[in-house]
Amino acid sequence: MRSDKPVQHASQPLADRVLEKTGVDVARCYQCGKCSAGCPLAAEMDFPPSQIMHLLQLRDFPEFAEMALRSHTIWLCLTCEICYARCPMEIDIPKLMDALRHEALAQDKVNPKAKDILAFHRAFLDSVRYTGRLFEMGQIVDYKLRSRHFLQDLLQAPWMFFVGKLHLLPERVRGRRLLGRIFARTLKAKEKRS
Amino acid sequence: MKTGFYPGCSMKGSAREYSESLLAVSQALGRELPEIPDWNCCGATAAHNLDHDLALALPARILAAAEKNGMDEVLVPCAACYSRLSVTRHELLEDEALRKKISGLIEADYRGSARVLNIIEWLAAIPELESKIRAPFAHRVACYYGCLLVRPAGILNFDRPEDPQSMDLLLKRIGATPLDWAFKTECCGAGFSVSRTDVVAKLSGLILEDAVSRGAEAVVVACPMCHLNLDMRRPNIEKYSGKKYGIPVIYLTQAVGLALGLDEKKLGLRRHKVKVKFGEGLAKPPSASITPASAMPTAGAKSASGDSPAGAGSTAAKSGEV
Repeated sequence: MRSDKPVQHASQPLADRVLEKTGVDVARCYQCGKCSAGCPLAAEMDFPPSQIMHLLQLRDFPEFAEMALRSHTIWLCLTCEICYARCPMEIDIPKLMDALRHEALAQDKVNPKAKDILAFHRAFLDSVRYTGRLFEMGQIVDYKLRSRHFLQDLLQAPWMFFVGKLHLLPERVRGRRLLGRIFARTLKAKEKRS
Repeated sequence: MKTGFYPGCSMKGSAREYSESLLAVSQALGRELPEIPDWNCCGATAAHNLDHDLALALPARILAAAEKNGMDEVLVPCAACYSRLSVTRHELLEDEALRKKISGLIEADYRGSARVLNIIEWLAAIPELESKIRAPFAHRVACYYGCLLVRPAGILNFDRPEDPQSMDLLLKRIGATPLDWAFKTECCGAGFSVSRTDVVAKLSGLILEDAVSRGAEAVVVACPMCHLNLDMRRPNIEKYSGKKYGIPVIYLTQAVGLALGLDEKKLGLRRHKVKVKFGEGLAKPPSASITPASAMPTAGAKSASGDSPAGAGSTAAKSGEV
């Protein structure tokens, strides 16, 4: 039963906002379940992809949209695109997952189980922001500081260095001030607002 | 026709043998591959996970730089970069307002004139390849395409999204026997190599298992992430599955380089975790308790498992262990 309490997170149903932003219409999904059957991560997810679709389809129940936003699923999606390839309605589920991740970030509703995944993404982008290219060594150190997994893969680094795969200094792009501006106008601007 | 080269970050670091072997091959085939000047990272998974505009702006800056330098096409050997650059070009050509917005962000006018090429397209278009072969690559191989080389098919417009054939046909041209197998485009776990190693160990293990059980001597890849997960993560895979896999994982360009008679060291074959020796995957006795392909989730795996060295036997599917 729908309660009369005011909806806190947004006035517009999430399904509509996603449609506006990405052109992906969840209403077209008829719950055949092919996306969930083919998803390599479905076994790890709290809601398989078809259930995420269903949560959004029930657009009069904001609490279900909330469950989708706070799900572990949206962060486990690897964008392997198999669901989109097999969907009989050709619904771009990976694009929808991207939009849900952006929404979860903006509303500060990231599932706590996804903190390592998010730490890795942030460490990756930090490296790109400062040097213009991914500096693998810097990213791993950044990730360890963010995730506190200090001991993970400790023996991997000497081996990588030994075979010449690990550089101790980053490659710097000349246009990195422009890249800094690009980050300031996109990711950083949104983080400030939220 | 000027073809530019976008190496991407991995090929300068953890996948440097991919770059080394590509440049050795291009030299042997007399093809010039000038790098796009001052290229930046494409943003990979992290950018599109966190911000849509950023995920478009980073590749747009790369492509705009290629255009500015008169490049008609750009070779992007990393499958992940190839996907990001292709998707960006597609989205910006479809939506004029978005193209203008992103052009503003990167402070350059991106027009979308430069085509994006993957490694298979580039190699397959070299007609004199066969005539340069010195030592046919006569091995049974499992061509592993991964996800991003073929999907989303509507945007890439390259090969079938499942059971693609282009790499198989290319490998045939250099003397190899590509096998029919079920995990050609199944995900290896991609960017979770560090943040969710358990997932990578599970997914990559299934890929190796199918390749080995069908008698492959090597897995051939065209993506630094796939290589990292199947090769460098081998100890994690073996710990998770409780089995040993000797099968080497090589880049497509390394296989072509070997067929062209190029030096192993020049092709970076010594930079792998799993020693590149062919036939290792077959040397194991059948008692090595390989999970039959039928125990795996893909139904198509059943058909050819009968003649595999594993045979039918234990059905110890390791599903619950994470």
